[in-house]
Amino acid sequence: MKKSVFFGALTVAGLAAGVAAAGTLDDVKARGKLNCGVTTGLVGFAAPDANGEWNGFDVAVCRAVAAAVLGDASAVEFVPTTGKTRFTALASGEIDMLARNTTWTFSRDVDLKFTFVGVNYYDGQGFMVPKELGVSSAKDLDGATVCIQTGTTTELNLADFFRSNNINYEPVPIETNAEAQQQYLAGACDVYTTDASGLASTRATFEAPGDHVLLPEIISKEPLGPLVRHGDNEWGDVVRWTLNALITAEELGVTSANIADMSSAAGDNPEINRLLGTEGTLGEMLGLSADWAKNAIAVSGNYGEIFEKNIGESTPIGLARGLNAQWTDGGLLYSPPFR
Amino acid sequence: MSDTHAHSVAYVRETQLSQQPPPSTAAGPVKWARDNLFSSIPYTILTLAAIYCIYVILAGVLPWALNGVWNTNNIRECREVLEGTTGGCFSVLSERWNQLIFGIAYDRSEYWRPTVAFILLFVAAAPVLFNKLPKQMLVFTGLYPFLAFYLIWGGTIFAPILALVGIIVGYVVYSRLVTGSFAAGFFGGVAAAAVTWWIGGFVVSAIAPQETFLSAVPSRDMGGFMLNMILGVVCVSLSVPIGIALALGRQSDMPIIKWICVIFIEFVRGVPLITLLFVANVVLAYFLPPGTNFDLILRVIIMITMFSAAYIAEVIRGGLAALPRGQYEAADSLGLDYAQAMRLIILPQALKISIPGIVNVAVGLFKDTTLVSVISMFDLVGMIRGPILSSTDWNGVYWELWAFAILLFFVVCYGISQYSQWLERQLATDHR
Repeated sequence: MKKSVFFGALTVAGLAAGVAAAGTLDDVKARGKLNCGVTTGLVGFAAPDANGEWNGFDVAVCRAVAAAVLGDASAVEFVPTTGKTRFTALASGEIDMLARNTTWTFSRDVDLKFTFVGVNYYDGQGFMVPKELGVSSAKDLDGATVCIQTGTTTELNLADFFRSNNINYEPVPIETNAEAQQQYLAGACDVYTTDASGLASTRATFEAPGDHVLLPEIISKEPLGPLVRHGDNEWGDVVRWTLNALITAEELGVTSANIADMSSAAGDNPEINRLLGTEGTLGEMLGLSADWAKNAIAVSGNYGEIFEKNIGESTPIGLARGLNAQWTDGGLLYSPPFR
Repeated sequence: MSDTHAHSVAYVRETQLSQQPPPSTAAGPVKWARDNLFSSIPYTILTLAAIYCIYVILAGVLPWALNGVWNTNNIRECREVLEGTTGGCFSVLSERWNQLIFGIAYDRSEYWRPTVAFILLFVAAAPVLFNKLPKQMLVFTGLYPFLAFYLIWGGTIFAPILALVGIIVGYVVYSRLVTGSFAAGFFGGVAAAAVTWWIGGFVVSAIAPQETFLSAVPSRDMGGFMLNMILGVVCVSLSVPIGIALALGRQSDMPIIKWICVIFIEFVRGVPLITLLFVANVVLAYFLPPGTNFDLILRVIIMITMFSAAYIAEVIRGGLAALPRGQYEAADSLGLDYAQAMRLIILPQALKISIPGIVNVAVGLFKDTTLVSVISMFDLVGMIRGPILSSTDWNGVYWELWAFAILLFFVVCYGISQYSQWLERQLATDHR
């Protein structure tokens, strides 16, 4: 008897969960706040400043979505998540979306039942060596000692790369990025390998960054992007097209400087008009206001501006656009058309 | 006779010699050094080696600490100021001290609230810790939890008042019914308190004003060392009474109570704290219906309290087992009932024996509160590992931050340890 009551309660709870999960967009609107999962801190991608304001490349996506849905970029509750808690936080509904340098992989998409709505940063595993080593290519690294974080995909990628190039290396296993910085600077290893963006931000913290070079080889694919739960396609569309709006805005030359001007009245370019809501009913189709994309872009500018401000070459991190340039500039960023 | 003597001896000293200081090698610091540092060749070698070690450490630390930079805006400016010389970049502490202490989200203009709560903590704890203070101060100790909650979390003042009223109602019902039987009193009291809270909940939500005198702060916004202090103080003070109850329950003759206590203690001791924290953070979210806002700090407090209560129960059980059988029999022969025997004879002695063990658990528990950083709460360690080390401004500053964290924890833990040693001396009734 007791048991059946218990299971009954569980079922009701489960049904309620299903019902509630069906309308994330309505939930967010009703709540007046977007619960956005971010990392507990990653240089340039997400970190609170001295005033407790979250800033960064991933954070900008959260703010853009909040602006698109609620018209207010500050209506975001940032929920810090670790690598271990991020997926449960999303699956349990504690957060509405996760924007936390998470690699889009088959198993996360299919098995963990998440929808990756796009890619906001194309990363890949790279190598950093001291300049005095005189190495210009990873293929010259025969016999090198390599600092590598244990238990990560980077470890497997490294083994694959060296085996396929038929050269030898000696791994120096380390636990965290902080430990790796110390070991590498102390000369415990010739090479440090991790994601290229991580290498660049690590190098930026060195006392003499110029004494170290990043090798040109990128040996793995790490597409990082925001994700939502499976089964709520309306909400997935909102996040996906907010990200696309940021990318398209750069392609079409809509910036934070000229957006007020461009959105005040319909201009010559019909796609810009559709994007900014001066023409057509794209916002209505998403269940948002007509100026949703304008609000999203107005927060911190288009994709290129966000990149430059947080991780670009003018910042201490100094990442080049590389693969993250627009397709028209030889990169991989290619948003579907707004039509 | 003195004349003859004067003739037989050439010279007789008639005044006493003034006292000479002992030779410099037989007194003062030199003698101390000879006795203690250079008494033999092996000792001399060890002494010289130790002096060299101290020199090396100080030569490394002192320039770093004294040449430190305190007022730059980021690590790059810091390095420019230092121009390659050795020196700590303590600017990170002066810029981010508020985050290290209060977390990232607590409103700056409200910092006085946890500060006042912290100062009042000493006033509230004093009569419990020092029995020479007037007993009237215990009234404030009883009110302190509600006051501290109101100060730190803010919101409507009716919530803590309701909690207090519920406890008072429960206690009144308990003291009425306990003359009949303990069980009736206990369960009657709990039921009365629950009913009060349930009814009061509606009343409070009806009369609570929108604008409160102290603005409400959500639990998510707690952080920094404040969070460690909240968790440490709350969990230690809750787990000692629960631990006593569990220890007594484990020795009980009533099989159900005994087995509940045994299973609870053995289960909780058998799992790592970090697992319990993951359960609190992650797994519970699956079972609770969505939208239930079961406060994360409350979940963590429950888990840590359970954990340390099980350990304290075992420590106290050790104290109970160390008491000679005769003490129990003496209590029985005086005609005391169970509650009286425990309160007057057994527990005072058993707890005294258990003090070192309890303090050990308390200090360990306080340090374990840093584990909450793993479930993405920004306590002191979480603050350093997460936001501060990953800000573009301060990525790369390690020693300064961790030294600060060590200092804070050392002060608290050393204080607890010193207090417990003092308490042991105060309670020492045996003649050694």
